[in-house]
Amino acid sequence: MKRHRITAAVLSIVLQGLGQLYNRQWLKGIIFMLVQGLGLYYLIPRLGGALWGLATLGETTQKFVKVGKATQLVKGDHSIFLMLNGIIVLLVFIVFAIIYASNIYDAYQNGKKRDEGKRVPNFVESWRNVTVHHFPYFLLFIPVLGVLFFTIMPILFSIMLAFTNYSAPNHIPPAKLVDWVGFQSFIDLLQMKSWSKTFYGVLVWTIIWAILATVTCYFGGILVALLVESKGIRFKKLWRTLFIIPYAIPQLISLLILRNIFNAKFGPINQYFAYFGLDGLPWLTDPFWAKVTLVLVNMWIGIPVSMLLVMGVLTAIPRDLYEAAEVDGASRRQQFRIITMPYILFATAPILIMQFAGNINNFNVIYLMTGGGPAKGEYQFAGSTDLLVTWLFNLTLVNNKYNMSAAIGILIFIMIAGISIWSFRRSKSFKEEDMLS
Amino acid sequence: MKKRNSVVRLTFSYLTLIILAVCALYPALWVVVSSFRPGGSLYSKHFWPREWTFEHYIELFTSTQYTFGIWYLNTLKIACFTMVFSVILVTLSMYALSRFRFRGRKSMLTVMLILGMFPSFMSMIAIYIILLQVNLLDTHAAMILVYSAGAALGGFIVKGYYDTIPRSLDEAARIDGASHLQVFVKIMLPLSRPILTYVALTSFTGVWGDFIFARLVLRSKENMTVAVGMYELISSMQNSNFTMFAAGCVIIAIPITILFLFLQRFLVQGLTAGASKG
Repeated sequence: MKRHRITAAVLSIVLQGLGQLYNRQWLKGIIFMLVQGLGLYYLIPRLGGALWGLATLGETTQKFVKVGKATQLVKGDHSIFLMLNGIIVLLVFIVFAIIYASNIYDAYQNGKKRDEGKRVPNFVESWRNVTVHHFPYFLLFIPVLGVLFFTIMPILFSIMLAFTNYSAPNHIPPAKLVDWVGFQSFIDLLQMKSWSKTFYGVLVWTIIWAILATVTCYFGGILVALLVESKGIRFKKLWRTLFIIPYAIPQLISLLILRNIFNAKFGPINQYFAYFGLDGLPWLTDPFWAKVTLVLVNMWIGIPVSMLLVMGVLTAIPRDLYEAAEVDGASRRQQFRIITMPYILFATAPILIMQFAGNINNFNVIYLMTGGGPAKGEYQFAGSTDLLVTWLFNLTLVNNKYNMSAAIGILIFIMIAGISIWSFRRSKSFKEEDMLS
Repeated sequence: MKKRNSVVRLTFSYLTLIILAVCALYPALWVVVSSFRPGGSLYSKHFWPREWTFEHYIELFTSTQYTFGIWYLNTLKIACFTMVFSVILVTLSMYALSRFRFRGRKSMLTVMLILGMFPSFMSMIAIYIILLQVNLLDTHAAMILVYSAGAALGGFIVKGYYDTIPRSLDEAARIDGASHLQVFVKIMLPLSRPILTYVALTSFTGVWGDFIFARLVLRSKENMTVAVGMYELISSMQNSNFTMFAAGCVIIAIPITILFLFLQRFLVQGLTAGASKG
């Protein structure tokens, strides 16, 4: 007998909640109906407009119309608002569609119970069933909502921007309309002379920077940690605390301070140079020295973290390994080479890769120290120390080339995703400790 | 011979340590000293000022142009709310992801990983427009909302930590008749104190350091946070306001630095817990 399950499901397809009423789950049915009412009330007046807006991005621009003697501004379509509204309405539609689907599923399941002669749970029982067996959904509901509307939706929006011509000076609403242009922004970025030169230049420096910054901090951290933890050094805790201080000071503050310390005219460093009769260096104003300064400053900020990590690893190395080595007559140097170093490298390799990915997006150091400068004439809106992210930031907020910056964002994403996937594939810990299982 | 060798080695080690310590501390020390120096300029002839003065600290709180006291309270408010909401959201969601096996879990984790790979500025413009449309621009509620909403994405460290707590513990409690909520409150929360401290601390200090998003949203002077205020202060008139800026730095940095050093133990645990999970 399949009578009940089919009827209930069909009724729920016709009207959300009707199948539940048919199954004599009164309260549940009414709640489902109310939810659908709410959904229809929200969606019916909006859905059509949203789809039209997404597809066309607006058709009429604003214009001045003569009304009698005065001219009046008639509002046109605002492409960007249309696009964002379109995404929001679509997301809401998806949420209600999921509820609708689960309503049909629920009606079918309870109908099946009736067919099999079982009792249909009443409201209190189903409520308890939900809170016990679907407890994680309860916990995740609000966080997911937050992420959906403040992370996923904005990112979707930005990805879509990359395929439009939303940029100053010719396509800024409300005065002008924005259109879909397909992959044109990417093609311009990679092939058009003025853009591609900047892009490849900035890309090369971004990669050099990420390698230098990661390697210096990593090995610097290992050296400091080994020095502090080496035999015979007293007051280990004091040293450790001293070296953590750069990490403890808020980064914004310490970077703004360091910018002044390296100030070529008034800063103390060049002053000390002068004491010894040396000319000061153009720490932040010469392309080469600016890069050197950035790496130094990044070491100052990054070494404490690596140091803490390595110290954590050092304490985890089993003592008996060293004892065994000593019995076998290994010297201190040999012990270090055969036990300590491999242990550290093995334990911290995944972090090294993630730090590399993080340094590609190391916005704060660059932006607060040099702001991307010193300027470079042949670049489009970028300076000689600009990373892809700082360039993206300036393109968005200063130059309003939204489509270009979105395209750069997508390229950065592809880079980082590539690195991460490669490292996850490689690192054993990923499989062993089942991060995704 | 061997003994002399080790003495040389130790002296050398101590010497390096001292040089490194000077490098590590110099910027902080320099700012503290600068904040007590008379006059406003960045340049000074001597490291130790001839006279010491408190006027910059007094000026910070009495100046009508730079309302530092209000900024400070604003930041404190936003940071506290953000900390509370982030900790709640992160623990709840990561507890669910670590402890339960449910449909959609794997795809949720994958989505979390993928979202973390987008540069965070990409979403800025969209968030700005959303806030504009719901009339939340230039409010603190907007800051708290956006900061906390994104918090769950950074939760892999917390999930990694929960994964290390043996599952038999909560299963035993469940058999004894505790509800899911009781297990969470009575067993998981006390056990996860180190990682919660870590999350609380990083979200609290994150607010103090973020000026990019804050500068985009907070436009009026009485709503600014210290980060925005200090950035404006130093980038507009670098050489005439420097000592005042230094005083502001000291006031911001002291509580946070002390908090960090005080909670060092938790910090190391948090870092290494995240580390072993990659």
